[in-house]
Amino acid sequence: MNMQTASRLSLLLLLAPLGLWLLVLIVLPHVDMFLISLHEKVAPRVYEYGTANYAEFFTEPLYWRTFARTAVMSIMATALTLLIGFPVSYYIAKMLRGRLKNFLFLLCLVPFWVSELVRTFGWMILLRESGVISSVMQTLGFASGPVEMLYNDATVMVGLVYTSMLFMVVPLVSTLDSLDDSLVEAGYDLGGNAFTVLREIIIPHAMPGIVSGCIVVFMLTLGNYLTPVLLGGKNSLWFTEMIYTQFITRFNWELGAAFGFLLLALSSLIVWSGLKLSRQTLSDTMG
Amino acid sequence: MTNTVETTTKFDLECRNLTRRFGDFVAVDDVSFGVPEGDFFSILGPSGCGKTTILRMMAGFERPTSGDILIKEKSVVNMAPNKRPVNMVFQHLALFPMMTVAENIAYGLVRKGLGKSDIADKVRSALDRIDLPTSGDKSIKQLSGGQQQRVAIARCLVLEPAALLLDEPLGALDLKLREHMKVELKKMQDKFSTTFVYITHDQSEALVMSDHVAVMNEGRFEQIGTPQDLYYQPDTAFVAGFVGDTNHWHGRVDTINKDGVKVVTADGVSLLASAAGKAALRAGDEVDIFVRPESVVIGTDVDRVSTMENRITGDLVSVLFNGANSRALIRDRQTGGELDVALPQTGEFSHLKRGQEVHLGWGLAQAKAFSAPNGGTKKLGIDA
Repeated sequence: MNMQTASRLSLLLLLAPLGLWLLVLIVLPHVDMFLISLHEKVAPRVYEYGTANYAEFFTEPLYWRTFARTAVMSIMATALTLLIGFPVSYYIAKMLRGRLKNFLFLLCLVPFWVSELVRTFGWMILLRESGVISSVMQTLGFASGPVEMLYNDATVMVGLVYTSMLFMVVPLVSTLDSLDDSLVEAGYDLGGNAFTVLREIIIPHAMPGIVSGCIVVFMLTLGNYLTPVLLGGKNSLWFTEMIYTQFITRFNWELGAAFGFLLLALSSLIVWSGLKLSRQTLSDTMG
Repeated sequence: MTNTVETTTKFDLECRNLTRRFGDFVAVDDVSFGVPEGDFFSILGPSGCGKTTILRMMAGFERPTSGDILIKEKSVVNMAPNKRPVNMVFQHLALFPMMTVAENIAYGLVRKGLGKSDIADKVRSALDRIDLPTSGDKSIKQLSGGQQQRVAIARCLVLEPAALLLDEPLGALDLKLREHMKVELKKMQDKFSTTFVYITHDQSEALVMSDHVAVMNEGRFEQIGTPQDLYYQPDTAFVAGFVGDTNHWHGRVDTINKDGVKVVTADGVSLLASAAGKAALRAGDEVDIFVRPESVVIGTDVDRVSTMENRITGDLVSVLFNGANSRALIRDRQTGGELDVALPQTGEFSHLKRGQEVHLGWGLAQAKAFSAPNGGTKKLGIDA
């Protein structure tokens, strides 16, 4: 055995755990899921291969409308998280020094020490009819009766932005941290104002962080289940709810699998077009 | 303190009683000076002396605690950095990495609201002037250190500022490039005929390039003058020690007469020197004496130095050969102290051997004695 085959063998061995992990936990289930999604039920326990499940998605308005709603709201939630997260990150990364900086950064992390379920119930305690905000408003005389703030799109949006904030702030702080202060000063020195310095220097520098934050937040939001279900109820349907219903309530794995693949296609398409629009590559932003 | 700069010329840039405090620390202490039009003005001082703070106040990134800054005879203290007619070349250049070379140069012009064709013309002519006519579309990373330097300067100069502020821009370059850029910077200043204010801790940069140099120490200007003034007629012990290489003794004045002062060092050596600096010396005063390496005459026999007022016999420790700038390190037999002596360029001392006895001598006029209370200037040439 010569050196070359030896090194190739050790490389293969080193890559084996990763390859196995990818194959067993990601590739195989997806292949199986894809095959299931192509099953058509023609009679009890009798299946044929066909695209009827996909056709049903397009013919039933509830499905594709929920699908479109989920996509639009996820994009909005991502944009809103970016709008709120950017000034916060800039403040943490550039305006603060030393211990206060680390402390504020840590504060962003604190909510993640409890589970998403508990955090969402926290919001419900605040926002429900008999909740904290409703009672305070009644005591102060702003409302004559109980106010229901749960189960609408705005509440879902608040919950989604809240859940996603950390995943936007972390990549933004790390890219903004690497921005040399003298670049900003040079931007002003050569005649720029706050707006042009932001547009020409800070944002282009932070672009990889913005894009990677947006991708992570978008994926998490699109695939979120708890927040839309608990805060949105029946008034604010989310596509993951549809998938859950098909698999668990209706026991229609075939349609559920088709929905799963449609969601995967949707998220891939939106991330791809986001990268094209911002002229970034996946390896730049994630690397 | 502007007395050494001709007061008849118009000042492009002037500071009056400029002071900046950070809490209890006084970074800049009552500094006044003027930079005439087209001057290459350097502020030279060790790190932490406050020179960067002065530059940042001129650019508008720091506010003075008190005092005034005038550009073209107009006060700019209350003007934002983006409105001031001065531009700054940053220590690490701060070229915008997300833009091409041409976009970097165009940045300021676009902010001024110039037309597209105007900008294109100016960028092209700037690229020609810095000898990078074909590099407009390159990214900053594709340029060498020296080329980046030229782009950073061109980016400012296309805006035709009243003065260009340079914050140790050569500090990050390697030695060879630094030597080259000194000449290049001086040439660029001639080509664009703009006032340069240059800050550095490297005395050779300041001496080689400047028309006038201000030596700064602990927030104050020690002396303003031409490089020749600073080198040959230093006003203070700090300037004598900081500008150029020098041999240094500390001692006490024994007697004074009209020719000079007789100083006795702690080792008991007596030296003759001429009084320098503003403070008058009295017998008993502590003084620092400075002698330049090139003022010391070296000889292998006593006759050669017999006419000199100061004479020392020593042993050669080593020859530091560096072509025309060769030096010899000689240990004084009496005190054990080491002296730095410049060797004549004729090469007549190339045969000197380690441990050989040599005779050193220097004139009274070449030894300058400065009043130095509190133990004298100990930290000399910190950045050398």
